[in-house]
Amino acid sequence: MKVRVHVSLKPGVLDPQGRAVHHALQGLGFEGVSDVRVGRTIELDVADSTTDEALDEMCRKLLANMVIENYRIEKPETV
Amino acid sequence: MAGFRAAVVTFPGSNCDRDMAVALEKVSGTAPIRVWHGDADLPDRLDFIALPGGFSYGDYLRSGAMAANSPVMRSVKAAAERGVPVLGVCNGFQVLTEAGLLPGALMRNAGQNFICRTVALGVENTQSLFTSGYENGATVHIPVAHHDGNYFADDATLDRLEGEGRVAFRYLEAVNGSQRQIAGILNEAGNVLGMMPHPERAIEQDHGGTDGRALFESAVRALAGATA
Repeated sequence: MKVRVHVSLKPGVLDPQGRAVHHALQGLGFEGVSDVRVGRTIELDVADSTTDEALDEMCRKLLANMVIENYRIEKPETV
Repeated sequence: MAGFRAAVVTFPGSNCDRDMAVALEKVSGTAPIRVWHGDADLPDRLDFIALPGGFSYGDYLRSGAMAANSPVMRSVKAAAERGVPVLGVCNGFQVLTEAGLLPGALMRNAGQNFICRTVALGVENTQSLFTSGYENGATVHIPVAHHDGNYFADDATLDRLEGEGRVAFRYLEAVNGSQRQIAGILNEAGNVLGMMPHPERAIEQDHGGTDGRALFESAVRALAGATA
């Protein structure tokens, strides 16, 4: 099954990339954008038997840095 | 000191490993052993382990994240737990935080730019085995060259680092957005130091300064003292 992991910076952690993108959007004339945060999406193709616990562990051990990032796992039934 | 048994670890994408090895040899008189990231075992009876700067694994995922999970790091962790001095510079500092040997994380510089220049640092702790050769409150000038040097940790962790004297070096100017201008930190036991500035690039007058030399001299002297 294909699983998507969305990794984002924790609220309160300054996001320099997001800030730069925000400025760029304003520079292009887009109005009403109050904030931009940049994250990443990681797509995994895993065995159907892969447990939620195993996916959590992959996120905590490698895919996200829990000091600064949160993650959200999106599985097929929710895709 | 003859017989100073140091190892310099090279990851794919390390680019300061040779500088680190040269600095260690100049100061200690003994050429360090070069170790490859895929080596599961470190040489035995090491006196010092250095994780150099560079862009290990192309900074894939996060700077230092892949290297932190490479085979050699299991041995580095075990050695650090036994009390072997471990120095991580720049990418080496990022690897140490990703490996959980030091708290916090190194994020993209607040100004988004790669920063490559010599900066002024305050030496905040002169009791550690890496910094005993500096004078209390000394200002030193050491080059930085990084894109992800913006040190982040939560307030409780920062308070703890400060309270325990584990901030070894602090930027004396705004450089990269680091919380509390932290440039280098020690682990709880004091045998692991991570820092973004490059002491190995400030060893000879021809480098523009020699302020990095005392760090390596401190480590060599600490070992000489321990075995005397």
